[in-house]
Amino acid sequence: MRESWLLFWRNLREFWRVFRHNRMGMIGAFLLLSAVLIALFAPFLSPYEPSLVIRDATGRGLTFAPPAVHGPLGTDDAGRDVWTQLVYGARISLLVGLLAGFIAMFIGSLLGILAGYFGGWIDTLIMRVTDVLLVIPDLPLMLVLVATLRQMELKISPLVVLILVIGLLYWTSTARLVRSQVLSIKERQFVARARAIGAGHFHIIRRHILPQLMPLIVANTVLILSTAILIESGLSFLGLGDPTQPSWGTMLNFAFDRNAISNGAWWFYLPPGLAIVWVSLGCVLLGNVLEEMLNPRLTAHHLEGDVRVRPLEGEGAYG
Amino acid sequence: MTQEPLLLVENLRKYFPVGQSLGDLLLRRPPGLIKAVDDVSFTLLHGEILAIVGESGCGKTTIARTLIGLEEETGGKILFNGRQIGARERRLQAGLVPLESGAIGTREQQSLPRLSFKQFRQQAQMIFQDPYESLNPRATIFEIVAEPLVVHGLARGRAEKIQRVRNALEDAGLRPAEEYFLRYPHELSGGQRQRVVIAGAMVLEPKLLIADEPVSMLDVSIRAEILNLLHDLRNKRGVSIVFITHDLGTVAYFADRLAVMYLGRIVEIGRTAEVLKNPQHPYTRALLSVVPVPNPRLRRERVILQGEAPNPIHLPTGCRFHPRCPLAMDACRMTDPAYVQLSATHSTACLRVESTAL
Repeated sequence: MRESWLLFWRNLREFWRVFRHNRMGMIGAFLLLSAVLIALFAPFLSPYEPSLVIRDATGRGLTFAPPAVHGPLGTDDAGRDVWTQLVYGARISLLVGLLAGFIAMFIGSLLGILAGYFGGWIDTLIMRVTDVLLVIPDLPLMLVLVATLRQMELKISPLVVLILVIGLLYWTSTARLVRSQVLSIKERQFVARARAIGAGHFHIIRRHILPQLMPLIVANTVLILSTAILIESGLSFLGLGDPTQPSWGTMLNFAFDRNAISNGAWWFYLPPGLAIVWVSLGCVLLGNVLEEMLNPRLTAHHLEGDVRVRPLEGEGAYG
Repeated sequence: MTQEPLLLVENLRKYFPVGQSLGDLLLRRPPGLIKAVDDVSFTLLHGEILAIVGESGCGKTTIARTLIGLEEETGGKILFNGRQIGARERRLQAGLVPLESGAIGTREQQSLPRLSFKQFRQQAQMIFQDPYESLNPRATIFEIVAEPLVVHGLARGRAEKIQRVRNALEDAGLRPAEEYFLRYPHELSGGQRQRVVIAGAMVLEPKLLIADEPVSMLDVSIRAEILNLLHDLRNKRGVSIVFITHDLGTVAYFADRLAVMYLGRIVEIGRTAEVLKNPQHPYTRALLSVVPVPNPRLRRERVILQGEAPNPIHLPTGCRFHPRCPLAMDACRMTDPAYVQLSATHSTACLRVESTAL
């Protein structure tokens, strides 16, 4: 086991060596990482509770106070601190996005591998289900599902409903992507070699198919994460979020409902909007760069080491 | 006198169905079949190297893949160490065919002792053509060579596993073995990779190696090294090798016996020296006449074959070589030639050849 850790570190160092020179990737990682850190350390970044109403000297709620009057980002219609809501909202948005993204990724990868590897009727079945889900417009379907599930007054948090609905419906593109990759990987000679050795399906999938898929899956997870966050924001903006645990989408919903725009309270609706852009831009940048970098075809050739080929000086003089 | 052969292949057939077009379906034409391997029989003794030679598309690789179980044979018998191994045995072991159903095998076939397919896989290993493609790019050399041990659950404990992998790598000429353990295939050259493939095949100490053009993708300078390595393994370990190639030049140097294939059938088979010095089948002669000779003064008559090998879906009638054969006569169009024994070890399938032995 010690060797595998060693290898892991070696590969990680190698990855970092290339990655840190990639500007897009670094920007993406910074955007995403900063959001995660803010979410993790929310209680340290704000002295208030998100639901606490800020009062002025006379004891009246400080409503729609601009940033100049209160805090870094002013207050909302009920006098609550916007910065505090933003920081705590990051927790909800990222959590829903992450969990939904991982569920979608897991289902998509699993079904994609099964369909691609086994082919035949398994493939046909999975792909027809995928096709059906693909042609149904996502957002209306999710709206209907979330609304119906909430009507049923199940004893589960609205956030869990959101996570499940997004996660269980958003795996189709991943499944198709993974399937097409598996179709090409399984025809490669090292898979034939494993079969000739006598390896079973599980061994081949785990040892030979999955390692080739990992880069794709990692990059795709990051991309799916941004979509999941956007969908969560959309659904919450339409009022399907959890009002007791506001995410950035819920904040936008509140701002819209309480006429923040006509009141000119830009500090109420701009920050959550920009935060959503911040995170999803980070995901897209990082995801694209990862996809490009983790492709094994693009890593170093055995003859390429630290040697750099320099053009000979005065090369043109020979002609 | 008769030594029990390690491998006995009898009337092996492998047909691939060709996709039926809608037109075929409407006209009720039967689906086409590519007869990649059609009625091939040969034996392989313990510690023997048999070369199978032929041009591309003649079914050499299909034989290799069928022998190792990557393809299911359409018909025929494969006996390994006197025990039957083949498609039917695999289905039996998978529980797909009840033992009683006599529809496929005869009573005699069923009474033969069976070898479990997993056991067979331990004793027969394959070396693939392309060393750049046959190694998993994301596995270390150690993982690759140890994989057969893991799959068959053979190494007891970590120390034994390391020991066996080290021995296999060193036998394959990669020394010191430890330096290769944690490297990835892309860090190695083509020759080194092929050595890794060979180490992975030898780690189980198999009795049979099936090498499908193991040197055709390598630089000429490295080919001899790899061939020497295989030769050494045969001499030291007594492993039998089925060596598949399109290059007659390497065969002379390497193989004990030689089988020449044309369109899915063996047209001539015998001891290498016999076949090379006294080729009888016109196809063998044509192949030999175009092998380059180092002496530029030596002028030989060359037989250049006309045209390409025919489509294996629509095989010629009679002798399948007659459309391209310089010696073809009328009878060749009608009669599929049987094998003619030229000596105890040399036989060919050609109507023009008279039996000289026996």
